[in-house]
Amino acid sequence: MAENKLENDYIIDLKNISKSFGDTIILDKINMYIRRNEFLTLLGPSGCGKTTLLRIIGGFEEASNGKVLFEGENIGKLPPYKRKINTVFQKYALFPHMTVGENIAFGLNIKKLDKKIIKEKVQEMLELVGLKGFENRKIDSLSGGQQQRIAIARALVNEPEVLLLDEPLGALDLKLRKGMQTELKRIQQKVGITFIYVTHDQEEALTMSDTIAIMNAGKVQQIGTPVDIYNEPKNAFVADFIGESNILHGTMIDDYRVNFHSTEFKCVDAGFGTNVPIDVVVRPEDIRIIEAEKGMIKGVVESVTFKGVHYEMVVTTDEYKWLVHSTVMSPVGETVGMVITPEDIHIMRRR
Amino acid sequence: MIKFIKRFYVALILLIMYAPVAVLMVFSFNDSKLPIWKGFTFKWYENLANDMSIQQSFVYTIIIAVVSSLIATAIGTLAAMGIHQMKGYKRNLMLNITYIPLLSPDIVIGISLMMLFNVLHIPFGLPTLIISHITFSTPYVILSIMPKLKQMNFNVYEAALDLGATPWYAFRKVILPEIMPGVIAGLFIAFTLSIDDFVVSFFNTGAGVDTLPIKIYAMARKGLTQQLMPFQQLCL
Repeated sequence: MAENKLENDYIIDLKNISKSFGDTIILDKINMYIRRNEFLTLLGPSGCGKTTLLRIIGGFEEASNGKVLFEGENIGKLPPYKRKINTVFQKYALFPHMTVGENIAFGLNIKKLDKKIIKEKVQEMLELVGLKGFENRKIDSLSGGQQQRIAIARALVNEPEVLLLDEPLGALDLKLRKGMQTELKRIQQKVGITFIYVTHDQEEALTMSDTIAIMNAGKVQQIGTPVDIYNEPKNAFVADFIGESNILHGTMIDDYRVNFHSTEFKCVDAGFGTNVPIDVVVRPEDIRIIEAEKGMIKGVVESVTFKGVHYEMVVTTDEYKWLVHSTVMSPVGETVGMVITPEDIHIMRRR
Repeated sequence: MIKFIKRFYVALILLIMYAPVAVLMVFSFNDSKLPIWKGFTFKWYENLANDMSIQQSFVYTIIIAVVSSLIATAIGTLAAMGIHQMKGYKRNLMLNITYIPLLSPDIVIGISLMMLFNVLHIPFGLPTLIISHITFSTPYVILSIMPKLKQMNFNVYEAALDLGATPWYAFRKVILPEIMPGVIAGLFIAFTLSIDDFVVSFFNTGAGVDTLPIKIYAMARKGLTQQLMPFQQLCL
């Protein structure tokens, strides 16, 4: 029972959120809840409405319809400065005329805390983000990564219940971004508050999140843990967006029997009905390459790219170009066979 | 040789630029009403110190300049922020309307303001002078602030709100410091324009309220040029 209660400990509950600018619908009846202390990522291509949703939660934008419940209370009409939510902006938005210390102390000064306490808290935050001794530095003397840390410190020092992050790593180079991903996750676990993170980078989402909400065209396509979303994508969009995939049209013949690529396969899915049109997802790393005659499907290797850990190969058949990841290379032009086991065939309802 | 020509050229430019000022400087100490050197004297400066009407117009000029430039800066700052927030054709329309007073000759502004005050039955005097000075200097303030707003990352305003600042607090602590160079520049331009203005003031002043340029113009017409020299010297 106790566990059940914890499960339903929603800090933010979005009810029927819609937003449109003129005739353009940005968000279409979003229903979603966010648990306390979880790291939730809104993932989607640009223009899918993820940033707008974040801005509605932060109070910078008002929903055309629907409610934003914060601990059960509708905060949809509260201005940002009355919400227990802080934001880390895409371009950091640090105050350039203030020092690092003054930036972090900004929120505390508004609350009119004691000078000594403010100083202590600023020190604490600088330590948390690993920039001890930076309090008198100028903002423009910091690197992008350092500015990002200060932006995080400036938001966290106010002890918000929820921290919103709008593509905070977008402006950093690849190596720095990887480092900051781990860093962010560490900070989130240490302060133990809810993070709502917006990104279009699927790898980033998979690395950091407890929960991922995939959005497209103003709608939530799927919510789930990274593993669930990767292994059991609900539709072709999710499958395609969350990593490279082979997506084929097919027919569910009966329970545990599916036909695609003009071949009948065994699978582990049931309950779709008989002769129902479906989409099939096969991850490139789940395809095994063997001798041509022994494979379920035969094809010709069209290209090979070395990717470090594996080779990325395109295998062409009469019906489809398969993307295959394999640690063993087959030369271009060779005819190979491919094997797909029942567990690796993911069935999705066709829309 | 080329070096000499270069230097000569610079000297010539400086001479042309500063000769009138230098002449004025020298002759303000001349003991004669005519532009012929008769000997050194401070009497024109004494005259000036004793002339109440010049001092009066000096006070008016300063009051008008200070009040009108402060109000114009306040109006201009808010207007610039408003225009900056606008989008598309509205923004272009507002900017172009702002340019109109800037591009029209002083005499047009002066006469149209005079007609306006007449139609509205506002008596001419200090208030009409201040209003007219605000009118022609506000566009300069707007135009000196707009580039600063454009440079600014507007996210910082949202960041301030996010950290608990009310819109007014965010404006004072975050936006204002960012655009301050533009605001100060606008203030100085408005102040200088106000002190310098003759045409617009001439049409919109009432009896007994003279700004310095008007006073000097009146004195010059009576031919008391010598008396003005020390004063202009002081202005410099």
